Amino acid sequence: MKEFKYVITDPDGIHARPAGGLVKLAKGFDSKITIKAGGKSADAKKLFNLMGLGVPSGCEITVSLDGSDEDECAVKLEEYFTANL
Amino acid sequence: MNILKGNAASAGVAIGPVYLYQSGRGEIPHIHIEDVRAEINRFEKAVKEALSQLDLLYKEALSKIGEKEAEIFNIHAMMLEDEDYIDSIVKIIEEQHANAEHAVDVTATGFMQMLMETDNPYMQGRAADIRDISDRLIENLSGVQGRKIVLQQPCILIAEDLTPSQTLQLDKEKILAFVTQGGSFNSHTAILAKTMGIPAVVGVSGLLCPEYFNTNAIVDGDKGILYISPDDETVSIYTEKLNAINENNLALKRMIGKETITPTGKKIRLYANAGGVSDIETALRNDAEGIGLFRSEFIYIERNHFPTEDEQLEIYRLAAEKMAGKTTIIRTLDIGADKQVSYFPLAHEENPALGLRGIRLCLCNHNIFKTQLRAIIRASAFGKIAIMFPMIISVSEIKKIKTIISEVKRELAADRHKFDNDMEIGVMIETPAAALISDELASEVDFFSIGTNDLTQYTLAIDRQNAQLNRFYDSHHRAILDLIGLVVKNAHDKGIWVGVCGELAADIELTDRFIAMGIDELSVAPNKLLELRKTIRCSLVQ
Repeated sequence: MKEFKYVITDPDGIHARPAGGLVKLAKGFDSKITIKAGGKSADAKKLFNLMGLGVPSGCEITVSLDGSDEDECAVKLEEYFTANL
Repeated sequence: MNILKGNAASAGVAIGPVYLYQSGRGEIPHIHIEDVRAEINRFEKAVKEALSQLDLLYKEALSKIGEKEAEIFNIHAMMLEDEDYIDSIVKIIEEQHANAEHAVDVTATGFMQMLMETDNPYMQGRAADIRDISDRLIENLSGVQGRKIVLQQPCILIAEDLTPSQTLQLDKEKILAFVTQGGSFNSHTAILAKTMGIPAVVGVSGLLCPEYFNTNAIVDGDKGILYISPDDETVSIYTEKLNAINENNLALKRMIGKETITPTGKKIRLYANAGGVSDIETALRNDAEGIGLFRSEFIYIERNHFPTEDEQLEIYRLAAEKMAGKTTIIRTLDIGADKQVSYFPLAHEENPALGLRGIRLCLCNHNIFKTQLRAIIRASAFGKIAIMFPMIISVSEIKKIKTIISEVKRELAADRHKFDNDMEIGVMIETPAAALISDELASEVDFFSIGTNDLTQYTLAIDRQNAQLNRFYDSHHRAILDLIGLVVKNAHDKGIWVGVCGELAADIELTDRFIAMGIDELSVAPNKLLELRKTIRCSLVQ
């Protein structure tokens, strides 16, 4: 089980384009990936689930990973967030 | 005359005939299905068809408009493949023995509601995307075409709302304005209108009346009003407004390629302020002669770790290459307790505006400063770069900086990195101290750039964000203008050039004054460039 926090810096929050890219990336991993924000949580492999969180700019999210490739997954996800959100 | 009010979504004025578009979705059939397996197959086939349509639309949009606009079709494809979306539809077909069209419609309604319930206006705007992909599926299932809008003449397009695929296929030359009954500031139509530079009004109730078709109308995109069959007086008022706007735009466009010079032959360098690489593109489109202030903070703010030398080099290099020989003046990191980045915690300060910020922060954090300097100096090999330092108040600060720069240059040379050894070095004059000792500072640098925003705050001792102080605030206060005059005199006495990069640079009430003072360069927001050039070219200063 791994966890990391990230503060969204994109002024549009987690909007459609990076959300789509995130889902695509997440689907490539075995691990279960959960994103928590503002008391709600979503499955990072499900686009509408993720968009339904309505994460705005400046919000801190917690990303939880659980699975055989959780270490590599955490690194790649953090890279993606940093570059796109 | 009917006056319909909505929300202003894109500025401007349009006058023309109405084209009223009503989607022919009609009733979605709800039929009982026995062979559930066959129905699910039919649904999956419709999805495949939709994905291939979207791929074609993506390519079409990419070649007709651009990457950012085309993205929406990729997103539609991702939405179509979303597990929850597909599962919901399949479930309804299986459990309710319903036809696929009905299952899609019910699912769409549910998902749209879910997005509307987020407090996020951007997400709410995406409900239209769900409508679009669901409509596409339903059309594929029922074999119904006909969502294309064909325009014969330039018109004001009125609809409930328009989907990305509909707007893509519109003949943009024939659209004067968009008015929608639904939609929001963030809806696709509003965003497209802003990109096209045409007016748009959204959220207009009672809009879809068949009698409006082909009537004359006026759209006021600033106030959010639609006039149907306007009376003569209204037409006259808006025709005048429209003419004035068009004339102004034309006059500004004519400024492109012209010299920034007064009738008496005084030349001024017209530069732009940029907070990122896309600002540079906007600046070049508006014929900027250089970048007078490249704010480097965005590189630090958009990361969750200190940008490495290579990460920074990539950006400075890109900027230099885009500017193709025109000067780019990069300002070193200018953050403070009030403008923080998450990974660099700064101690709380009682007076952050007077605190450890700008050059002070860099001089106290040698490694961070050196990394940035290395990247900027290396980038000078790829274009014309100059460097300047914020919040300077003393000669000793400049001497320290120059020592570090020499050190960096020695190290880079030893590593065989190329750079421009004659790169100009300047400082921002944004404190009263710097202005008052500018005679000494001028001996130490190649140029000054006057940061009037901070200079004004520190000189008048007024916080511009505090509305209570508006009555005391005078941006043209003699104290500020006198300081600017002093800085220019001291600079020219020592043979160095002076620019202004704060808001006053774009203040056309002061342009004549600045020309008369002999200011060498004005750096403004990209959208102010052409207006300023126009002003300078008709300045009566002797």
